[in-house]
Amino acid sequence: MANLASNFVGIKSPNPFWLASAPPTDKAYNVERAFEAGWGGVVWKTLGEEGPPIVNVNGPRYGAIWGADRRLLGLNNIELITDRDLYVNLREIKEVKKKWPDRAVVVSIMVPCEEGAWKKILPLVEETGADGIELNFGCPHGMSERGMGAAVGQVPEYIEMVTRWCKATTRMPVIVKLTPNITDIRYPARAAHTGGADAVSLINTVSSIISVDLDDFAPQPTIDGKGSHGGYCGPAVKPIALNMVADIAKDPETPGLPISGIGGVTTWRDAAEFISLGAGNVQVCTAAMTYGFKIIDEMTSGLSTWMDQKGIENVADFIGRAVPNVTDWQYLNLNYVTKAKINQDSCIQCGRCYAACEDTSHQAIAMKDGRVFEVIDEECVACNLCVNVCPVDNCITMERLAPGTVDPRTGQKVDADYGNWTSHPNNPSAKAAAE
Amino acid sequence: MVNSVLTPGVTSSRLSKDELAGNFSDLHPPLDGHEALVAADRCYFCYDAPCVTACPTSIDIPLFIRQISTGMPESAAKTIFDQNILGGMCARVCPTETLCEQVCVRETAEGKPVEIGLLQRFATDRLMSEPHPYKRAAETGKQVAVVGAGPAGLACAHRLAMNGHGVTLYDARNKAGGLNEFGIAAYKTVDGFAQDEVDWLLSIGGISQVFGKRLGENLDLDQLRKDFDAVFLAIGLGGVNALGTEGEEKDNVDDAVNFISELRQSEDLSKLSVGRNVVVVGGGMTAVDAAVQSKLLGAQHVTLAYRRGQEQMNASGFEQDLATSSGVTILTNVQPLKVIGNGAAQEVELGYTKDDGNGLELTGETFRLPADQVFKAIGQRLDLDDSGLELAGGKISVDESGKTSLNGVWAGGDCASGGDDLTVTAVAEGRDAAEDIHDKLMNS
Ligand SMILES: Cc1cc2nc3c(=O)[nH]c(=O)nc-3n(C[C@H](O)[C@H](O)[C@H](O)COP(=O)(O)OP(=O)(O)OC[C@H]3O[C@@H](n4cnc5c(N)ncnc54)[C@H](O)[C@@H]3O)c2cc1C
Ligand SMILES: Cc1cc2nc3c(=O)[nH]c(=O)nc-3n(C[C@H](O)[C@H](O)[C@H](O)COP(=O)(O)O)c2cc1C
Ligand code: SF4
Repeated sequence: MANLASNFVGIKSPNPFWLASAPPTDKAYNVERAFEAGWGGVVWKTLGEEGPPIVNVNGPRYGAIWGADRRLLGLNNIELITDRDLYVNLREIKEVKKKWPDRAVVVSIMVPCEEGAWKKILPLVEETGADGIELNFGCPHGMSERGMGAAVGQVPEYIEMVTRWCKATTRMPVIVKLTPNITDIRYPARAAHTGGADAVSLINTVSSIISVDLDDFAPQPTIDGKGSHGGYCGPAVKPIALNMVADIAKDPETPGLPISGIGGVTTWRDAAEFISLGAGNVQVCTAAMTYGFKIIDEMTSGLSTWMDQKGIENVADFIGRAVPNVTDWQYLNLNYVTKAKINQDSCIQCGRCYAACEDTSHQAIAMKDGRVFEVIDEECVACNLCVNVCPVDNCITMERLAPGTVDPRTGQKVDADYGNWTSHPNNPSAKAAAE
Repeated sequence: MVNSVLTPGVTSSRLSKDELAGNFSDLHPPLDGHEALVAADRCYFCYDAPCVTACPTSIDIPLFIRQISTGMPESAAKTIFDQNILGGMCARVCPTETLCEQVCVRETAEGKPVEIGLLQRFATDRLMSEPHPYKRAAETGKQVAVVGAGPAGLACAHRLAMNGHGVTLYDARNKAGGLNEFGIAAYKTVDGFAQDEVDWLLSIGGISQVFGKRLGENLDLDQLRKDFDAVFLAIGLGGVNALGTEGEEKDNVDDAVNFISELRQSEDLSKLSVGRNVVVVGGGMTAVDAAVQSKLLGAQHVTLAYRRGQEQMNASGFEQDLATSSGVTILTNVQPLKVIGNGAAQEVELGYTKDDGNGLELTGETFRLPADQVFKAIGQRLDLDDSGLELAGGKISVDESGKTSLNGVWAGGDCASGGDDLTVTAVAEGRDAAEDIHDKLMNS
């Protein structure tokens, strides 16, 4: 049986699934039930400074987009950090950690960008016995307007500075949570690395307006006729998060920087994808908010079954296994030639591939008598769109042309050797191939 | 409730009012908003979709389903009504299992088609609770007589009125609707939908109704041709085929269509009589409807007797399942030989049949079934004498656009040649004839 035990920057947990800092981790009552359900760890809902707690809006905070059968695909929120008293949170964190020594309890923190503020809160957190801290530099709304959250996360110098303060003040591992609302995720990650961060976690939510009420002409969720941008998360943001995780994993300037993968993790498969792209563990928010704590059962059993099938014993054994295969477009093999092939036995004759290919510039599918759809190899550029729109799994496949055969589209023999754009004759700046 | 299913003979009140109300409630209850979205989402928006080809009125099904899924059921309904103004009734009565849903690619893929009929009902119900969506074109000054106010006549009248012509709609009965009102099984069109639909359709304006006028009796085709610029005949199939067996004249040997018509017009189903033991002769939709509704009224034993094999039954697999699940026994390869009884029916004698390729033959073996009531449902025929119209296969001969052999006379629906005898086919033929009439009137 696969061993799911995880050790992330020295923080141990029975599995690599942590609940991300968000409402599910806002109080002991929740966190304890999450642990009972089987979650490996939590990042406690972000704590703020001592003093009167922040206030949230009293109208709706969340908005959503849905797929079939109202399946929630994306969630947007305008919620702030914890609105409970700092000392209540600290007391509960301490109790929970004591009761659940084998689970990871990390505390998310967001205080103003002043050294004094960080120096003040860190000892209080340390005193709880928590396993680590996560610096919330990601929240795109509300807090950023007060010079915190994403306002810090968007300025690499601030990240480095605050990270340094924290490293100098506490013995606890420091995880820096990054905002995706920047142009190149590597810069904030490098700053965290330079500041001495033990790890980065990403992504926080993506700035978004989820929908517009067309009766009130106001963004949703609408509060008394107005709406403001919020943070987008859930399954819809996973591709963005995966790319950012891979970017950091590949960056030669942050070698081996541990990454906690966040953003749209909903099933074991999502987790396995994050981990193979370099994440050491994953954090989950929207999926738990949508389905409740019980989804952890599917996540752990799925991951463990898959690892068994693959003969992978430990989670650490496949961290980053897909990273070497993430390359730049210019290095893709242009001599890898495929053609779409429609399996007539499983085709249900819906014609979606035809409409897609016909209206997407390739005209490479023929509609024959009796609604028979066939690929015209002379035209097929192997774009994969027909595969993507076909409702039947595996009905259309991309078949590789054997080296040496002639591609009927170009009339050229398929080259057996690897050849990419950098040396392609059509590339004006091609590096001349060695004679 | 004075009687029960066990009361001998033919009698009313076999079931309580509550039981009757339950039995005759909506066969396919409507989808609610969420169910409709889920059902709509299953549509693949096929290219050149096979369902559209299978629909006799060629409704753009993928389009209307997409309109439902984007929260525009009213636009969806418009898409439907543009092709089929009786889309509301068709959503309820079309044998979709042999039309659009049969060819749905998800039927091919999973044996579970998109629920096109129910989605159509979802959309049309929305728009029909609003004012009539079509406006008439400017008056053309042309007058058209439409004879028969069933689905074919109504569809034709609506399209003509929309194109700006004046329409006079004649019917032999005292109500419009044709078999929608008098024939379709009660549980397919509940809560007076047929009349509501007629009212909604006629509210386009430009159509005047004249009841109690029967072509061939107090309405003359030659006179109509003189008085109007065009005539459309949609009189359905008024005649009922006889069994031709001994004892057919006995009491309680009735036409299934009359029984159904009485049932449809009944204000109080507990006053309607039905036998304890009922035998229905036939194998089509009418036979199934008579059998099922007898059972629902409280008959104890209902047998449907069909003279050929099950494969040849006109009733679809769905209809047959409906019958058997309602408790009807279906006997195939049996033919009635005589009705036995002293004044009123008591038993039916049937003989087994076989077909070894030389046509249907009796095997010689016979048996008897108790029968307080016998319904004949072996087909309807055209009831029109000496009209001067050419016939084909016992129906008024028409070309593709509904033209008959007489100049200025069109026909469509069950009374005309070609097409299945279905509500939706009648609508398509009425609509197409109207367009052809319009074309003729405006371009000659
Ligand atoms: C019991 C039964 C159940 C059925 N169930 C279904 C079903 O579930 N689904 C389905 O698609 N189809 C069903 N059908 C078939 C469908 O009802 C018909 O195909 C359809 O009604 C034909 O329409 P029509 O306008 O041609 O004729 P009809 O609906 O028959 O209308 C003809 C009209 O003409 C009038 N008329 C008749 N003779 C004259 C005359 N000489 N002069 C003036 N007016 C006249 C009649 O009063 C009637 O109003 C069923 C039929 C029957 C009998
Ligand atoms: C309602 C809500 C509140 C959140 N609050 C916080 C927070 O206080 N601190 C924080 O670091 N992230 C917060 N997040 C972001 C999540 O921790 C997480 O990074 C993000 O939702 C992406 O993960 P997901 O796709 O699994 O939801 C919040 C998210 C939601 C939906
Ligand atoms: S792969 Fe692209 S080009 Fe080829 S048949 Fe499919 S859709 Fe057309």
